[in-house]
Amino acid sequence: MIEAVGLTKRYGAKTAVDQLSFQVKPGHVTGFLGPNGSGKSTTMRMILGLDRPTSGQVTINGLPFRELPNAQRHVGALLDAKAVHGGRRARTHLLSIAQLSGIPEKRVDEVLAVVGLQDAARQRTKGFSLGMGQRLGIATALLGDPQVLLFDEPVNGLDPEGILWVRNLMRRLAAEGRTVFVSSHLMSEMALTADHLIVIGRGRLLADMGTQEFIAHNSAGFARVRAADTDPDGRDTLGRALAGAGGRVLQEPDGALRVTGLELPRISDLAHGAGVRLWELSPHRASLEEAYMRMTQSAVEYTSTEDPRAELWEQDPLALPAWEDEPTAPEVPQAGFFAPPPPGAGGKPFLMPSNPGELASTAKDSTEDPR
Amino acid sequence: MTVTPTTTTPDRPRSYTSALPSPRPHLGHALASEWTKLISIRSTLWTLGSLVVTVVGVGMLFVSQTTDRDYESISFTTPALFGLMVGQVAVMVLGVLTIASEHATGLVRTTFTAAPDRFRVLTAKYLVFSITAFVATALSVFVVGIAASLAHGGAASGAHTADEWLGAVAGCLYVTLLGVLALAIGALVRHSAGAIAVMLGVVTLPPVLGAMLIVWEAVAPIGREILQRNVPVALSQLFGMQEGGDLGAAPSNFSNVLIILLITGATVAASYVVVGRRDV
Repeated sequence: MIEAVGLTKRYGAKTAVDQLSFQVKPGHVTGFLGPNGSGKSTTMRMILGLDRPTSGQVTINGLPFRELPNAQRHVGALLDAKAVHGGRRARTHLLSIAQLSGIPEKRVDEVLAVVGLQDAARQRTKGFSLGMGQRLGIATALLGDPQVLLFDEPVNGLDPEGILWVRNLMRRLAAEGRTVFVSSHLMSEMALTADHLIVIGRGRLLADMGTQEFIAHNSAGFARVRAADTDPDGRDTLGRALAGAGGRVLQEPDGALRVTGLELPRISDLAHGAGVRLWELSPHRASLEEAYMRMTQSAVEYTSTEDPRAELWEQDPLALPAWEDEPTAPEVPQAGFFAPPPPGAGGKPFLMPSNPGELASTAKDSTEDPR
Repeated sequence: MTVTPTTTTPDRPRSYTSALPSPRPHLGHALASEWTKLISIRSTLWTLGSLVVTVVGVGMLFVSQTTDRDYESISFTTPALFGLMVGQVAVMVLGVLTIASEHATGLVRTTFTAAPDRFRVLTAKYLVFSITAFVATALSVFVVGIAASLAHGGAASGAHTADEWLGAVAGCLYVTLLGVLALAIGALVRHSAGAIAVMLGVVTLPPVLGAMLIVWEAVAPIGREILQRNVPVALSQLFGMQEGGDLGAAPSNFSNVLIILLITGATVAASYVVVGRRDV
């Protein structure tokens, strides 16, 4: 159990972590998400007693990290896969860390076997690939067989088998009753691995909730409706009918309508009532990535502005159809499974996109690698 | 995209208990760890190897080119001095690398995560390094000294006492303290090249500085003091080379060792304070 209360870290005038309070409970994989520079690594370093908080405190099983009687037996961490002396052999590196807490030497061979580095045990670590470095870092974290595990970007540089292995390892460690706290940029990975999410942006807590709940609260699930092209007025008629029934309607560049706030059967009924034939009526399920992008876009620290090739990938903005008079009004919470995100529902901050184009850019195929 | 269910399964264990023994870590564990670290990298071999090679090599060359009569005015351990003047740099480099390499690679975070009691780790570093450096220095010095006394111990070499051997031990201690000072500077600076530059300055600048100060009447006493007590002069004296010249009576061996002990002690104390508080 990791518990942070009012954790704050300032570097001069810059506040890296601002009044962060959260709990990481045992038995779950807790994902730690946030854009670059949002304070994830600083938070992890403060949990591990490497950085001193400016104010607030963080405890592990009730004690500050530096007061744990045998820290390595309680907490294991992977912060940086390259944090090894390149001239030292993998096994000797692990042995030197194990000896610090009197961990028996046979445990070194055990963790080498767990991460699959037996054959590389006698190699100097400077010859290691990034993936091997990650495995060695995970082995270091597992040395003390700890109750609490922290991993900073554990799947960086791993191949697909490696990613699958890390995912299963995390879930297995959590199932054994350990506290597993993982930061990652790979949303698709987090969606599969984490049960619970802690999202920060600019050092502040944005969300602390279950993965599924997070997606439900922060995503733009919608229905895509396409009227038959054979009837030129069909689209306008349908749009007006849907808007009249309380739906929010945006027009996609290819003529399809994006509807939020109405459930699929109701849309079908309205179309039938208006005498419009439909060629498409499909639910669009939001992904963790979309939910995350929507939540953090205003908290992103480093955004590119002047990319001369930007026009190459920029999509056509969604058009606001004629039957919509007021632009982006706050949406109304609905009970449907594609319900639009309620404004500040449950006290959780919700960040509306400032223009519809931002919405369009998140509507890509969600199975894509987010990088 | 599929998402795993987030509902908390009630049968999940609430905590994990490990079968591994969990002794309270002590200094002995840290000493074992630091010893493993020291012997498992090649820079240790290179620095200590070059120390032994220069001291023994230059010393043996000196022994082979001298006669019994030359030892009337110098100690049997004096031949080791010339190699040690160069070899002390290797000791300082090893001292710096002992800690600065951990900072350079980021390993220090892993170390301090595994052992949050940083003083335990730092103390182990000081102990393991100083014992290793002292043993290596003393061994190579004594090999040269014993070779000199065996080769040139005839009647023509005059009277020799145990004091010169004690002086040589003090000399080895002096070099070890320079290495410990280097480790402390490394802990403060956290940068190998920077710390080594500082240590080279400590060794090579005072003779120049003293010579400059002695020119001005007002600061001439300070300049004289520096000229008599700087590292090369103190080492020469400890190894039985009396500096001639018009600077007046040479300071005692004891005061020379005391000065380096005080400087090193203060820097080591500063390193404890800084390492204990600093974000790494």
